[in-house]
Amino acid sequence: MTKITSLTELKKLRDSLKEKMESYSLLDHPDSIIQVKVAMATCGQASGARPVFDYFKEELEKRNIPAMVTQTGCMSYCYAEPTIEVTIPGKNPVVFGFVNTRKADEIIERYIRKGELPDGVIPVNYETVISQ
Amino acid sequence: MKQKQLRIALRNCGVIDPERIEDYIAKDGYLALGKVLTELTPEATIEIIKKSGLRGRGGGGFPTGLKWEITRKVHGDQKYVVCNADEGDPGAFMDRSVLEGDPHSVLEAMAINGYCTGASKGLVYIRAEYPLAIERLKIAMKQAREYGFLGDQILGTGFCFDIEIRYGAGAFVCGEETALIHSMEGLRGEPTVKPPFPSESGYLGKPSNVNNVETYANIPVIINKGADWFASIGSAKSKGTKVFALAGKINNVGLVEVPMGTTLREVIYEIGGGIRDGKAFKAAQTGGPSGGCLTVKHLDIPIDYDNLIAAGSMMGSGGMIVMDEDDCMVAIAKFYLEFTVEESCGKCSPCRIGNKRLFEILEKITQGNGILEDLDKLKNLGKVIIDTSLCGLGQSSPNPVLSTLDNFYDEYIDHVTYKKCKSKVCKSLMTYIIDEEKCIGCTLCARNCPVNAISGERKQAHYIDPEKCIKCGACMEKCKFNAIFIN
Ligand SMILES: Cc1cc2nc3c(=O)[nH]c(=O)nc-3n(C[C@H](O)[C@H](O)[C@H](O)COP(=O)(O)O)c2cc1C
Ligand code: SF4
Ligand code: SF4
Repeated sequence: MTKITSLTELKKLRDSLKEKMESYSLLDHPDSIIQVKVAMATCGQASGARPVFDYFKEELEKRNIPAMVTQTGCMSYCYAEPTIEVTIPGKNPVVFGFVNTRKADEIIERYIRKGELPDGVIPVNYETVISQ
Repeated sequence: MKQKQLRIALRNCGVIDPERIEDYIAKDGYLALGKVLTELTPEATIEIIKKSGLRGRGGGGFPTGLKWEITRKVHGDQKYVVCNADEGDPGAFMDRSVLEGDPHSVLEAMAINGYCTGASKGLVYIRAEYPLAIERLKIAMKQAREYGFLGDQILGTGFCFDIEIRYGAGAFVCGEETALIHSMEGLRGEPTVKPPFPSESGYLGKPSNVNNVETYANIPVIINKGADWFASIGSAKSKGTKVFALAGKINNVGLVEVPMGTTLREVIYEIGGGIRDGKAFKAAQTGGPSGGCLTVKHLDIPIDYDNLIAAGSMMGSGGMIVMDEDDCMVAIAKFYLEFTVEESCGKCSPCRIGNKRLFEILEKITQGNGILEDLDKLKNLGKVIIDTSLCGLGQSSPNPVLSTLDNFYDEYIDHVTYKKCKSKVCKSLMTYIIDEEKCIGCTLCARNCPVNAISGERKQAHYIDPEKCIKCGACMEKCKFNAIFIN
């Protein structure tokens, strides 16, 4: 890892990382890919987020669906843990609650493959500041 | 529709991978640090924080910019930046979530503080019961060093700053800043008299700036978006947002972050989805064991530091426990007192002995042995404890009793004078009775009673011996004819 030694350098790095991350969710972009985020804070893990995370990783690969499975902190819907967020390129992210491996299978087959919304969608109820 | 929640402190929580610094950088991470180091003087930075109106999120609500300025002005060859991640308030998990979901935001803010106050060392005091938060902090620190956001000559400037983790054993009192510092020094985690404040003489006697996790998490955004933007959110004297850990009898248990000035009604009904099982809202405890309860009449006051104090409670660190009609307020007060008695460090007598006496009186009342005089005793003793205790723990521990006495005096009277607990929580005040009209003598209850308190012939009305009954409720649950009730 080379150290960042100026603000300009940091901004350049930020811009390239930002562009790359945003390109994942763009439609018809060479980098676009399905993103699955699993909330893996203490609350999520205590309710079984780890097996759900592993399941998505293994199953998406097995079923030949190119996807990026990552962990995040608490998505704040503690009452509905484990929670996950799925972003299909070109679409808004969708949050699902009470996800176990059975539900995960349904999400892969119905939402990720066919774009149908199964039950258990949690409406997003907050706004987030965007720094710039 | 405009959302009720606005995320500043939680902006990256649940969005980025907390173990990848690149995710944080893509969200303008460390930009505020870069900006401060290359474009602003420490004084100008402190001015921004002062102008933003940010107040401490750890409980007291002290103006953050002012604290930074004081720490800057005190002379010292070595200064420290301390992050209070003790979070001992029962039911609170805001700080844990920030550290687990966005650890870099806290590290970045601590470095900014180091630049402002002239400190080269940061310490995060965190309870050892937070292993995941600790792990993610460690990963974040390592990555930040690799990129040169911590260590020597940060971002090519002359500024050097690094952070260490210090573990607490999970005592509530160690969240009090002087006790926290003693605990870090390897001494007993007991508070000492203020002044001197940590900003003047803290860790190892050196000037130390102590702030809460959530306070720090706000800093990078304030630098990036400006003081005016931050000050435009919230109420007159409380700016920005507050994270609450919403728990108890509420449908959507979870973390919420709302602009200061949001009402309790909005938090409970619109964000929290209302009370569980359609029951009636009774009270919400804010400020944990140091706070008080807000009731139906407080549903529409805008929540901020000053309004909560005026309502007899306080902001605290952000725990919000919701209670419904099934909760007995005397028992709630007793619960908090039990916690305080357990957590008092014992250094000063009003807190050590006084709280124990308060607890005993409450126990007496819930057991049905209370007399009217006890209520005055609770009030007087509570006031004495507040006035004479050494630290914030004792100075606030009677609050749950005093505030329930204020708001639910009739419930205390029910317990003391009529020996009744309407919420059916205080077991000593309940009697299980079988309705002779309804009982068909199926014997199911008698067979399920663990202490053989029920007698009666088959096909004839049964009878519960109140002397033997331990009030477990098993009979009532089993009876198919609703023949058993509580008086
Ligand atoms: C009994 C007691 C417990 C406290 N616990 C905490 C805590 O867990 N976390 C915290 O940040 N502040 C806690 N505080 C407040 C701290 O003493 C201190 O005011 C705070 O860390 C300052 O940071 P802030 O200005 O950013 O809020 C506690 C205070 C008392 C009296
Ligand atoms: S008030 Fe209580 S916790 Fe604080 S110093 Fe006195 S005994 Fe210890
Ligand atoms: S409440 Fe429990 S102990 Fe009392 S009579 Fe019923 S089953 Fe027996």
